[in-house]
Amino acid sequence: MSAPEHVTPGLLSGTRTLLYKEVLRFWKVSFQTVAAPVLTAVLYLLIFGHALEDHVKVYGTVSYTAFLIPGLVMMSVLQNAFANSSSSLIQSKITGNLVFLLVTPLSHWAWFLAYVGAAIVRGLAVGLGVLLVTLWFAPLTVAQPLWILVFAIAGAALMGALGLVAGLWAEKFDQIAAFQNFIVMPMTFLSGVFYSVHSLPPLWLKVSHLNPFFYMIDGFRHGFFGVSDVSPWTSLAVVGGSLAVVCGLCLHLLRIGYKIRH
Amino acid sequence: MAAISFQQVSKTYRSKSAHNEVRALSEVSMDIEPGEFFGLLGPNGAGKTTLISILAGLSQATSGRVLVHGHDVVTDYAAARRSLGIVPQELVFDPFFTVREALVIQSGYFGVRGNDAWIDELLHHLGLTDKANANMRQLSGGMKRRVLVAQALVHRPPVIVLDEPTAGVDVELRQTLWHFIARLNKEGHTVLLTTHYLEEAEALCNRIAMLKQGRVVALDRTSALLAGTASTMLRFKMDAPLPASLAAQSRVTGRIVQIKAHDAHEVETVLGVLRAAGCQPEDLEIGRADLEDVFLDIMNGPEVKA
Repeated sequence: MSAPEHVTPGLLSGTRTLLYKEVLRFWKVSFQTVAAPVLTAVLYLLIFGHALEDHVKVYGTVSYTAFLIPGLVMMSVLQNAFANSSSSLIQSKITGNLVFLLVTPLSHWAWFLAYVGAAIVRGLAVGLGVLLVTLWFAPLTVAQPLWILVFAIAGAALMGALGLVAGLWAEKFDQIAAFQNFIVMPMTFLSGVFYSVHSLPPLWLKVSHLNPFFYMIDGFRHGFFGVSDVSPWTSLAVVGGSLAVVCGLCLHLLRIGYKIRH
Repeated sequence: MAAISFQQVSKTYRSKSAHNEVRALSEVSMDIEPGEFFGLLGPNGAGKTTLISILAGLSQATSGRVLVHGHDVVTDYAAARRSLGIVPQELVFDPFFTVREALVIQSGYFGVRGNDAWIDELLHHLGLTDKANANMRQLSGGMKRRVLVAQALVHRPPVIVLDEPTAGVDVELRQTLWHFIARLNKEGHTVLLTTHYLEEAEALCNRIAMLKQGRVVALDRTSALLAGTASTMLRFKMDAPLPASLAAQSRVTGRIVQIKAHDAHEVETVLGVLRAAGCQPEDLEIGRADLEDVFLDIMNGPEVKA
């Protein structure tokens, strides 16, 4: 057994492999990881759109269904980015196959880039799917596409990193489910996906402004309509700050091997 | 330079709730030279897997250090891990992938690309060629074990660590595996093996360390350990219970009885006791003590103070 011929030591090659593996993992079950969330979002659109279309106008001129579509797209991006990194890591921890990764020379940066990268890919794949299907229900303008891209990627990265933190922390599947059901889901639903926060009473308006999910969705929506509840620059600052904090925490936990190297 | 160097490695586990501490390893020191086939033996809970976990980076030592070809497994972990191929004890697998995908991915983690020829060779030598495109879930336990071995070897590491690789596997796999590992060892690879099958360790390992309660209680060449007992064993089969005077010094496995007898006089004494008790031993033979006898002697020795 002689030395291997094509060795590319360093960050890039191993990271690329782990990214490929994480994308392949969700793609192999894409009916569950991509098609199902698209269907869920379409059902939300049909039900809420049918119930509220004739009663609500947002930003003066935007129909409720058109308003709802970017919210649902962004909600799908965020939830699926979180689900990808958290479920992959907890499954590997519980089934024990994380050992294949733990014995490799990959650094904490490589883990971070690959898991978060795959979470972004899945989030964007689902978001794109939701967008394409829901466009059939209402015409949608794209006022400032760069904002759409920035908030979609930053939001997916934030949720991918948060999913990685949750996956490291959790020791059981139900702890991940609790994280998803009691933190991610309420914060997403209360972030203005289904309504403009300006329609809320003053107290709840203030509470909404403490929710970082609100800024992700509001900034993303700004890219479509050119108007939003707060300035996109404010949203970018909040999302960017949150992203830096969560990424910092995530990298620290990976570096010390929190709950994975005993 | 040693292939693996354990330097005063200690590991203490602290329980979450109480203030209990469990000392799994106490200042374990030993060097494994390049090209050795080294056995690490000990009863369950002796600390073998903990030591290997520290070597592999799955666990962190409380104190001490471990070097692989001079690379510290903590401060220079990337170089250390590139030199190591670990076959874990648990039968773990990733259910999303086929055998070939699992090997290509594992190869990529180590920065090895375009590795198809070596992967094909591994599949061939481990009898996995016809399972290359099967999903991991479809494989039997023995086949999954073979894939674990292939995954450990896919980046051609100079040091191979096998943590009880033949636990619960059939004779065919054992022979295939040992034939292949022995070949790699002859080609210069260092092998560290933990096993409960002492006949395997005796047949394969040049040198053996025995762990008991987290401490090294024996470390020598296999031949020296066997010679050190200077004993012969009287072996026979018997259905009736042994006389009480012999029961305490005997090892009984089903119908097979083994009693240590240092010389002809002691053999005659044992046979005399059996005759007097009316016992009729069958298939009586006198042989040299094997590694199992040495192991039991050492493990039944005085308790080690933690």
